[in-house]
Formats: sequence, C-alpha cells, structure tokens
Amino acid sequence: MGRARVAINPADIKVILATDCGSTTTKAILIQKIGDEYRQTHRGEAPTTVEAPFEDVTMGVLNAVTEVGELAGRRLVDDEGNIIRPATETEGCDIYISTSSAGGGLQMMVAGVVRKMTAESAERAALGAGSIVMDVICSNDHRLPHQQIERIRQLRPDMILLSGGIDGGTQSHVVELAQIIAAANPRPRLGSDYNLPVIYAGNKDAREHVAEELEKKTHLFVVDNLRPVLEQENLAPAREKIHELFMEHVMAQAPGYAKLMAMTDAPIMPTPAAVGNILKTIAEQNDINAVCVDIGGATTDVFSVFDKQFNRTVSANLGMSYSISNVFAEAGLANIARWVPYDLNEQDLRDNVKNKMIRPTTIPQSMGSLVFEQAIAKEALRLAFIQHKSFATSLKGVQQQRTIGDVFSQETAGETLVDMMKLDLLVGSGGVLSHAPRMSQTAMMLIDSFQPTGFTRLAKDSIFMMPHLGVAAQVHPEAATEVFTKDCLVFLGTCLCPVGSGKAGKETGTYSIKFPDGKVEEGALIYNTTKVFPLPDGQTAQVTFKPARGFDVGGGKGQEVTREVHGGEVGLILDGRPRPIVLPEKPADRVAELQAWMSALDAYPMDRLHQVAESAAG
Amino acid sequence: MAHAYTPGLKVTTGMTLRKRRILPLKGEVVVRVGQDVAPDDVVARTSLPGDATLVNVAGLLGVSADEVPDAMVKKVGEHVEKDEILAEAKSFFGLFKSNAKSTMTGTVEDVNKVTGQVLLRGAPVPVEVKAYVRGKVVEIVPEEGCVVETYGTFVQGIFGIGGETHGPLVMACESPDQHLTPERIKDEHAGAIIVGGNLVTAEALKKAIKIGVKGVVAGGFHDKDLKDFLGYDLGVAITGHETLGVTLVVTEGFGQVDMAKKTYDILAAHEGREACVNGATQIRAGVIRPEVVIPMDPGDEALVAHEVSHGLDLGAMIRVIRVPYFGRIGKVTSLPAEPVVLDSESKARILEVHLDGDPAPVQVPRANVELIES
Repeated sequence: MGRARVAINPADIKVILATDCGSTTTKAILIQKIGDEYRQTHRGEAPTTVEAPFEDVTMGVLNAVTEVGELAGRRLVDDEGNIIRPATETEGCDIYISTSSAGGGLQMMVAGVVRKMTAESAERAALGAGSIVMDVICSNDHRLPHQQIERIRQLRPDMILLSGGIDGGTQSHVVELAQIIAAANPRPRLGSDYNLPVIYAGNKDAREHVAEELEKKTHLFVVDNLRPVLEQENLAPAREKIHELFMEHVMAQAPGYAKLMAMTDAPIMPTPAAVGNILKTIAEQNDINAVCVDIGGATTDVFSVFDKQFNRTVSANLGMSYSISNVFAEAGLANIARWVPYDLNEQDLRDNVKNKMIRPTTIPQSMGSLVFEQAIAKEALRLAFIQHKSFATSLKGVQQQRTIGDVFSQETAGETLVDMMKLDLLVGSGGVLSHAPRMSQTAMMLIDSFQPTGFTRLAKDSIFMMPHLGVAAQVHPEAATEVFTKDCLVFLGTCLCPVGSGKAGKETGTYSIKFPDGKVEEGALIYNTTKVFPLPDGQTAQVTFKPARGFDVGGGKGQEVTREVHGGEVGLILDGRPRPIVLPEKPADRVAELQAWMSALDAYPMDRLHQVAESAAG
Repeated sequence: MAHAYTPGLKVTTGMTLRKRRILPLKGEVVVRVGQDVAPDDVVARTSLPGDATLVNVAGLLGVSADEVPDAMVKKVGEHVEKDEILAEAKSFFGLFKSNAKSTMTGTVEDVNKVTGQVLLRGAPVPVEVKAYVRGKVVEIVPEEGCVVETYGTFVQGIFGIGGETHGPLVMACESPDQHLTPERIKDEHAGAIIVGGNLVTAEALKKAIKIGVKGVVAGGFHDKDLKDFLGYDLGVAITGHETLGVTLVVTEGFGQVDMAKKTYDILAAHEGREACVNGATQIRAGVIRPEVVIPMDPGDEALVAHEVSHGLDLGAMIRVIRVPYFGRIGKVTSLPAEPVVLDSESKARILEVHLDGDPAPVQVPRANVELIES
C-alpha cells in the first residue's frame, strides 16, 4: 500500500510536506530545516475536492500543494501531477504525509455489554482512534433486539467495534450482541462490494462463538480484549486495528484516496487521531494537564490529558458550518443571543444560520455577522465540553478500595477526570478560533465557553497545524515537537479565575503582579468584573493572589497562591466572574456586563459595536 | 496562485444528464440498454431482508442455552406462524411441558447454543427503483440498477425537502419578485410542479399539500416556516426522506430572496412541460443538491441557449451569498489580488461588484459569492 516507501534517515530530511484534507478545506504546510532547526515556513490551502463534480481528493491536495510551493518559491508538483521527491535546493520535498477527515471522516458503531463499562471502553477506543461514534449498542440500552437490529441496518457505519465481557467471564451477552449484528447483516457506508469490517475485542473465551455468528456475514477481525479485567483498559490493540482498517477499507473507498495513499510516505491518519497524538506527546514531555479543542465545520473535537490519561470526544453535530444549524437547535436562541451585546431579530438570525449551513464556505463580512458567529461558537464549544467532561471519567464498574484517609473524599468510580483547577494549558483551534480577527476574541471565546478556573495558560493553534504535526511525529518526532513549540502555538496569555460565591461589589481576592521590568501592580479583583494586564509573549510575571474568604484559586479556600505566569498576545486576564458564568436576565444589565468584558479585552472596536447595536435596534 | 473555483449552482437550458438508479441491496434489473423509460417505470427491484427479532427460548423454556437446539420444534430455515410453537421442553420425568411460541410470522434463521436465543426473520420487504426521469437506459449496473440518460433543462436548487416526483410545470407567480402566497395556489394546480417568486410561506405549502400539488419551486423560504412545516428544527441539512406530501426546491436561500431571473425565465419557458423534481439535499460528505429536470423532446433545440462557462473574471455575473448583500446579483468590476480588511476586521481576498440597482460598486469577499453561468 502507498508509495514504495524507502527508509529515510531522519537526519537527511530537510523538507517535509504535510496536508490535512478537511471536509471543506485541504491545508498544506511546508516544514524546512533552517540551520539546525525545523520550522514551519509556508502554508497553502484549497477547497477539498472529495465531492462532485471533482470526486477526487488529490485535486484539492495538489491545488493546496501548488499554492504552498508558489509561496515558498519551491516547485513541489511536476507536470504529471506528482509530488517531487527528494528535495533539491529549489524543488521537491523529502517526505510527504497526510491526514484526512474528508468524506465524513471515520464513522463507527460500537457495541458492548454494559453501557457504562465495556461499551464505554469500546467507545473510548473508537474515539481515540479518531472516529465519529454513530451509536453505541449495548445489552442494557433499553432497546429491544429488533430495534437494535433496525438501527444497525439504517446507520451503515464504516466499521463496528464489538466488545463485552472480561476474559474468562460470561459469554452469552457478547455472543448475543454478535447475533444482533449478524441479524442486521450490516452494509458498509461506502462501496457495496465488500463485507463490513467488524473488530471483536471482547472476552477471549467467546471468540469462537462470535466468529460462528459473524464470520459469514462480515469481515471479522479479532484483537485482544479491550477490558480484560474490570480494573484495566487495554485500548491499544483495538485502536491500531481501527487505523489499519481505516486505511484499507474506508479510505480506499473514498474518491481519489487510493491515489492519495499511493502518494504519501506514511499511512494517512484520521485528522483527530493525529491531533491527539501531538497533544499526548506535548503533555507528556512537559508534564502538564492540557485540553485542546478543534471546532470544525461539521464536528467539534475535544481532547484532554489529565494526570496522563488521554481522552477524546467528538461532538458529531456541533460545528460552525455544516452543523451550525444544529448548534442553534441544541443550544437554543436564548443561549446564543445572551452572548450578543444587543438585541436580535429572530427571523433574520434563523435565516442567516441556515444560509451559513447551506453555503458553508462563506465568511463574516460585517461586524454584526462576526459577533453573531462568535456567539454561536461559544455555545458549540460549551456544549462540546459538557459532553467531554461527562465522558472523560475514571473507569466505571470498578470497586473502590477505601482507606481511612478517603472517608471525607467524595471521589467515586466514574468521576470526571476534567478538573479545571488543575488545567495548565487550553488550546483552541479550528477556523472560528484560529482565524478570529483579534487574538482577544479567541481568548474570549475560550474563556466564556470553557470557563477555566485557577491559573490557565491559553493558546491557539495559529493555522491549525496540529494534525500535520501529529502525523509528522510518526515519521520525525524531533521536527514535529520543534515546530509545535516554535511555530504552531500562538500564546494568548494566562487567565486567572478565583472560584467561590460572592456578591456584586465584593472582593474575590487581592492580587500582586510583579512584571519583568520590576513594575508591580496591586489591587483587588471585584466579583463579576474583569481586568486585563498586557504581558507580551515570551515574558513571565510573578502573580500572588490572596483569595477572599470562601474563594479558591488553586491552593484551597482562602489560601494564597504565588505562580509564575506566561504572557501572550492578550496578556494576563483576571476574571472575577462566577463559575458558571451567569449573565443578568435584564437585557440592559446583560448588555452592560458583556460590553464591560469585551471592552476590558479589547475584543471588538467598541464604537463599531455601538453602531451595529443601533442599526439592529433600528 | 493555485486554481481557485467558486462553486455555483448549475442552471442550464440544455444538457445531457445521467441519473444512476441503484438499489440499496443487490437485486434484479428489469430494463435493458436502449430502452425508453418514463418517470414511473420500474427499472430494478429487490427484496430487503425482513424485520428480525430474537426470542429468548432458553429463558421461556427454563433450560440451559446449550439444550435449546434439541428443544427446537421448528428447525433453521423452517417457516413459522405467529404464536406457533417454536420449541418445547419436558421436565420432571416428562410430566410437565413448557413451550416457547413465535412472536412473529417468518423464518427461523439462527439458533444459538451460547445465548439460547432464536433469531426469527419476517417476510422480505419488496423495494423498487423507478426511472425518475423520462429518458433512455444507457448502462446496466448488473444486479444493482441502471443509468438513465436524458437531455433537458437542469436547475439545481440550494435546499429542498421531500423526495422524487414529477408533474407539469406551472408558473404560479407573474415575476421572480412575488411571494408565493396561499391565494396563488389554485385547485387546477393539483398534480403540478408550481413555481413561485421570492418566497414561499408555510401556509402556502400547507395549501399546496391540501390541493395535491406535487412540487413547489421558489426563491426563498423562511427558516421559521421550515420549522413550522416540518414540526422540528432541522439541525443538519440531510433531507429528502420527508413524506409531507409535497417536494420543495428552494433556488436561492433562506429568507425572502428573488429567484434569479435566469432561473425564473428558464422555468417560464418550459411552462406546461413535464418537470421531474427532487428535494433531497445533503450538505456534507457527498453534496447532494435539490433539482428540477425538464426532459426535452427531439426538435426542442430552439429552447437551448448557447452557454459559455467561464471563471470568476471581470464582467462575470455573481450572486452574493452572505449578509450584508445576501441574495443580490451583480457584475464583477475588479479583482484585486491583495487581501483587504473587511468590516469584521477579517482579512480576505475580495472582489468589487456592481450590484443591480446600486450606484457604485461594493467590496465582497470572494468566499461570499457564487458564479452565475451565462
């Protein structure tokens, strides 16, 4: 499969070309060795061409590559449409790699015996492999077998992951699930000439019986149990098999992918799997807890690493173009409108949202259009993060051994791993965050939707390079991590938010900020107010925060904390608003509060915003 | 600069169209290459496997799962009626008998000795695929369907609801800037595909259904009306499966938008002819747009205008597809190469366009326009 891959010594790699084929845009970047370091030097993009009338993903790829080549002054595509390799002084690249989420990405269905146990582990394996999970079938999902059969038939996934039972445990439930899958006789989404791939990663003792049910009707693959004992997950074999089948079965069916696979020097990775790959690497290297969100046109992916545990969720119908109407439907007009600092006409808004859905590649031209789009983004991000928090949990169904020290602890199995007080780094990527005209808008969207607490460093993926770097990490980890640190992230600054219940006008605590030039800022952070101090990227400041009684900034209630904080394009943001953020119901108060926050951040030109408000009212 | 394109909707007076008519599962193709077909002609048929259900025979009989195969009265492949005895077990030296009855009429498909469950399958469900358009069969896809070719006028819409249908084309508005109100829908429109102007309301659609109109084509439609009409807020644009009794094709977008004059004029020129419409829309992987197809007869060539397809050049006609100029049509006057800062402070490549009826050109991001082929 793929181009005849010649082992290249990483030291000989001077030019790396990487593309990411998204559902709307194909993005190409060029990484070059300049002196002793790898840097991302150029980027290009072109519309993705998976769909009619083109139906060949490589056209979009070559368009994006041609653009990056023109910008770099380096010819990358020859007259026959081949990517030139190896690199010389003026043309070609040493390796070409790609990720893909076009054509709907990887769509899976998972099955497991108990929803909160094996089925959830299977879902985690599928999501971690970069898939969209269309449905989870399990023995206790309150659907009758014929309803489950009908559902499998309707959905037509790319593949199914079946799990259930610990090794040596009961077999009957997982065999019954196999029987249900066989009864549905599922057909793959793309192509009709092959049997649907089914991966069995359940009780090893049931393999023979599962094979009896599924071997004739599906293409069955057996891997190690993903939950061999209750206390342990073993997701890697299932994930690896998913990646393998994604290449062999799913990608091979999508228009032009056979050609693309032949062009690349490493297997094509599903985009989310590549993003997860780079985030895990960075969290491990720096020993930090990190959350990354990628808000796309159709879906929003959230990745987190807390205490070295990686989780990914994908909100399949929360996105800014194809799925924008669904964000509207799920969040409701009131929740979106609360982030807009003026009144809105419902009919116009509804029509505008639908018009964006049917013409997904348009961009906001007017200020009003931008403000509204960013309000929708806040809700899409908020909803996606709620979903993530409820999924990224400790293993459920595990008996907890408690000691006397745990008497006062409320922690139980299945608690979310996402602890915002422990979050060190929050990274936003995807068009609406990466391409926001002002950096402070990105910071505002991240803070309003994720509502970080304590000290949290904020960054954005400058040009959504994480997928490229995730796949590059497979072939050249050194170059990938170097580019990630130097070129990929744009640091926005640090957000400090004390948590506690307070009253308007009262203090949440006092701060003392020692800047690198020796200047010291001191004061009180008043409840429900915000302050922003400039602190450029590359600089740090020492912040001491003494929370008021009942408030916590990470050290415990009322406990003073001193931290070195990093600057960025926005600076140091002191956020005294409550968690969760509650906006006043009275329109005038809500508008005043929002305007104060936007003004503190310098998120929009306030004069222009007033004009927009006036014309909306008029 | 890499090749750039601005996707536009196809609106053309004459082109050869090929429609793939494929079954969801393999089956029988009932037409041959060269055969003339009408929209309602069946071209392929198959049977979908019937509904399936599991019966917990082990549980009903009170036996272990591995005893179920021996307890079966009906064997795999045998037909069974609803409430007929599927399996029997004797207990306590044969003094007591227990049985498991079938929950449906169908066939015994599988007996599992690990789960003790029996899979029953109902009668197959026949599925037929029709030609949809009048034309000629030009290709057979063995066991799957065929390709029907027709020559005719083709109008692609931007959004629609409802599936394939056909009927005579009737202009229900006098110009592209009129509302298609309930009053404009008359009893004689029963069975027709009616064409409106800049907006069709939910009330008008409801009246169309009541009268028996088969399809409605209009410039715009309010999202609020879509919600009222469907009964739910459409989250993702995947449509075509609705069975509301009428097919809707929106040509321009949501809101009140004049139907493009070219579209309106083309449809008006074909009034009275048979139009085939499909509201199916999918704005995600594998874009599907709604459409109006008006097959032509030999000798209709006079209706076909000479059309030249060109790129986004100076003088090209475009439609703006986002606020603040949404729905407006104009002529490109300038294509500056350098990106420009917009009112939203975004930096983007733009074009200057002289919008119809405006005194001076305005700037619009290139991403926010659609080419209108002339």
